[in-house]
Amino acid sequence: MPTMRERFTAVTSELLDSDPNVALILAAIGVAQFKDTGVVDRHPNRVINVGIREQLQMGFAAGMAKEGFRPIAHSYAPFLVERPWEQIRLDFGHQGVSGILVSIGATYDEADWGRTHQAPEDVQLLAMLPDWRIHVPGHPDEVEAQLRAGVADDTNVYIRLSTQTNDRAYLAGGPGFSTIRTGSGDAPTVVAVGPMLDVVANATADLDLTLLYANTIRPFDGELLCSVLQAPEVVLVEPYLEGTSTAEVSGLLQATPHRVLSLGTSQQENRHYGTAAEHFAAHGLDEAGIRSSITEFLAQRVPA
Amino acid sequence: MACMTNATSSRDSGLGYSDLPRLMTLMTGDEKHSFSATSTLDVLWVLYSQVLNIDPNNPEDPARDRFLLSKGHGPMAYYAVLAAKGFIPVEALPTFAQYDSILGKHPDSLLIPGVEIGSGSLGHGLPIATGMANGLKARGSESQVFCMVGDAESNEGSGHEAIAMAGRLKLSNLTAIVIDNRSDATGWPGGIASRFAVEGWSTADVDGRDHGAIQEALVIPHSDQPHVVVALVEPKA
Repeated sequence: MPTMRERFTAVTSELLDSDPNVALILAAIGVAQFKDTGVVDRHPNRVINVGIREQLQMGFAAGMAKEGFRPIAHSYAPFLVERPWEQIRLDFGHQGVSGILVSIGATYDEADWGRTHQAPEDVQLLAMLPDWRIHVPGHPDEVEAQLRAGVADDTNVYIRLSTQTNDRAYLAGGPGFSTIRTGSGDAPTVVAVGPMLDVVANATADLDLTLLYANTIRPFDGELLCSVLQAPEVVLVEPYLEGTSTAEVSGLLQATPHRVLSLGTSQQENRHYGTAAEHFAAHGLDEAGIRSSITEFLAQRVPA
Repeated sequence: MACMTNATSSRDSGLGYSDLPRLMTLMTGDEKHSFSATSTLDVLWVLYSQVLNIDPNNPEDPARDRFLLSKGHGPMAYYAVLAAKGFIPVEALPTFAQYDSILGKHPDSLLIPGVEIGSGSLGHGLPIATGMANGLKARGSESQVFCMVGDAESNEGSGHEAIAMAGRLKLSNLTAIVIDNRSDATGWPGGIASRFAVEGWSTADVDGRDHGAIQEALVIPHSDQPHVVVALVEPKA
């Protein structure tokens, strides 16, 4: 199976060939891959490598958008989102134009390169901005669907590619959440985001709960969550900074006494190299850690 | 190539250069104007009177020239010129900075007809202008892109990123105008033009109050390279 990044490269190249309004703005990262597909040579005015200049990457992409292009900007998550955040906020949002940002290096995918290449904060940064559609795909097939939909749309879109994947894709129902399984009468609801789904499903296989899958976290699919909610207890399992979506759940349940458990990476820097799996385990996001957190959360229930 | 006709039309207010101080007074309420506003006044007037091909009756015309005020601080001169040229009503000027006004202390492109970008945070205009120039080039458009920045604004690294890239892309449809009122604490004589030149831009230094010299500098042919005009004005007080 191709990786998310390989699928992104192939589909983007196809879109560049078929749609004269699609532009690809790179900042050194990914140039080799797109040279291999030939689009760098075939579309020299629409495939632009601005060099290692991420602020320019955003301004340039916004400028292309102002001239009617649908720009796709691609780089590592910390350089794509954190470094030029003001350009994203002003050059896209404030100017009234839109584009598609596609990152690699999600959270701890590149843990062995150290803190400079670890990116657990990107989703929360973009979630602060209005009207961004934020995708956290868990499978390459989801990447393709999200990318094609994003190019056909005119909103701001973020697609967060990862080397962590689930075994299968969930494509039905558009950008909303998917119901994986439904618990009994007073079961809590767990929302697993992107690549966390298989881990969460395995960790909770014998627990009575409703399990939802989210590969699009903004807009937050409150409609589905409310429709399946039995007990007012929600567990969020996000593969990035803990608490990123807590306010979304609290807002939905503001009229009801409720409990929310937000699992994700902690704010504290885990000053280690190693692998994504080691870092996720250190943040309690492996199967054992997730199971432990959820069972403890359930044990804290106040009897009715 | 930029059209050499005035940016005037049936909506032209009939107001001229001599009216601009009065128009600015409508915004400020007195005859004192911030230096960041008046430093741009003469270049703006020449641009809108003699260089830009923009019709206030059709400010979204795809064939128009694009003008980006990156130096969004002190926009009173910009608003006065836009009013004199018929883009905004003179009656809007006294509402300057009020809650429901279209005219803020930094311009907003979604509120003001004919304004290409909202600006105020320095270092954003030239990167966007570079992308727009490349987009127009990709479309085969004849439209020109002009972007006004300040000498101190040129400290911003994002501007340097754009200067380098525009040179590599040989964006001959892009002209930057640097208003040099020597407010850059680390500036040095000739420093601005030389930074553009080393990245492959053609350059011109002019007296930022000399309308004839400004016009000539803005229309210097510069095939296969972007162009910068450094307009020197009185030092910031």
